[in-house]
Amino acid sequence: MSSLITKVRLKQISQHIEKGKRLDERGLHEHRPITIEEGIIEKAEGSARIYLGKTEVLVGVKVETGEPFPDTPNDGVQTVNAELVPLASPNFEPGPPDENSIELARIVDRGLRESHAIDTEKLCIEAGKKVFVVFIDVYVLNHDGNLIDASALAALAALMNTKIPNYEVKDGELKIKQGYTQLPMKSRPITVTVGKINNQLVIDPQYEEEQVMDSRISIAVNEKGNICAVQKGGSGYFTPQQILEASKLAQAKAAELRKKLNW
Amino acid sequence: MNDKHDKLIDKKGIRLDGRKADELRPLKLQVGVLPNADGSAYIEHGKNKILAAAFGPREMHPKHLALADRMVLRCRYHMAPFSVQERKSPAPSRREVELSKVIRESLEPALFLELYPRTGVDVFIEVLQADGGTRCASITAAALAIADAGVPMRDLVVACAAGKVDDTVVLDLHDAEDKLGAADVPVAYMPALNAITLLQMDGILTPDEFQQAVDMAMGGCKKIYEMQKEALKTKYMVVKDVEESEVEE
Repeated sequence: MSSLITKVRLKQISQHIEKGKRLDERGLHEHRPITIEEGIIEKAEGSARIYLGKTEVLVGVKVETGEPFPDTPNDGVQTVNAELVPLASPNFEPGPPDENSIELARIVDRGLRESHAIDTEKLCIEAGKKVFVVFIDVYVLNHDGNLIDASALAALAALMNTKIPNYEVKDGELKIKQGYTQLPMKSRPITVTVGKINNQLVIDPQYEEEQVMDSRISIAVNEKGNICAVQKGGSGYFTPQQILEASKLAQAKAAELRKKLNW
Repeated sequence: MNDKHDKLIDKKGIRLDGRKADELRPLKLQVGVLPNADGSAYIEHGKNKILAAAFGPREMHPKHLALADRMVLRCRYHMAPFSVQERKSPAPSRREVELSKVIRESLEPALFLELYPRTGVDVFIEVLQADGGTRCASITAAALAIADAGVPMRDLVVACAAGKVDDTVVLDLHDAEDKLGAADVPVAYMPALNAITLLQMDGILTPDEFQQAVDMAMGGCKKIYEMQKEALKTKYMVVKDVEESEVEE
């Protein structure tokens, strides 16, 4: 991704981090302030907007009926899509999803899916024929780094306030009744991305820091502290020792966020 | 995930295909299999059959994608429509786009990108038959193809997965274990540099199991690494034999 940051600035960031400092006075292992607003899109069955520093992500959840996958006839369907909309960054272009937005969507999807966040068995209307399909659309509104953590948090927040319509099945026909029920959930995974800059592990890199980042590793952690999804990204590498440190760090930060957000 | 399956590991700790927990599937590696490519490799890893070809360093097409200060590595991971049980559409899926990206990022740390400005290396990976663990086998083959093309490398990149099946951490999952098992942890590794260049996971593991799986996968990588080096040498042994016989004539 191209950047509009001077080499001098990049060097400055890298040197700061080597000394354990960051440009915005944060500690290496500290998140930026997080604000989450829930239920802001009335037309969506669920929604949430997160501000992670200046990064802003909106997630909308739509619930529709559709066919289950042939290999899981009794399970509802979860699909995640991510849009890096052009208004979010001078580097985003209109057009079909590129590899960055596909990767983002698939990391968010994997965290939710592998931890069984949505209780998909309860979304079956008629086995093998009709189930609820949960569309989770991630809309990046301002890109200032760490889109993965922001999107994963916003997606979970949106799911937690998603309501599905009450219904009954009469003669194989679906009839919508009045009122709504909470989307059944089984787990609340929190994804923490650890970046590697100048051989130091940092949490929640902002956009400028991402331009000097060698590589990153995103780790989704469930309530029990177990790991349910991992993705390494970026053109650098991690030593086995750094992987161990990153996984411990991600667990500690996930627990901290869970407490703070009361999840 | 389907939890109602027959046991994938029997009481003696033997897996469906007769392997022990820390045993690799049979592997076959061959270098220089495609005459038109600058470098190529073929891997059979269990029932996986995968071809990889490398072109370059060469001029970038389209030209505007070239970078003034380094080489660009491009990778395309693609599955043949007949490689899986149900025909796969030949159009690139979201999974293939993601895998192409993570495979590229697993190979980049091995290359001296800054030494070849304005050029590109293209790596094309075709999965002819898939049987679980294709991304790992693809990386192993792709690294060989790049080496075969004569592109200088810091080390070969080698990949292998570990995972959890029936409460046991096992090495190198095959298709059924991948689909029905509890977790899958693919790892790409440069043994000489002790550097992990790809790490993914899905499923649920305790932190200890995760660590155990990463260690086991690295162990598998080290074994395949020896086979990789052997495959590269074998190609040049054949070339040497041919040259010697020509001299005799």
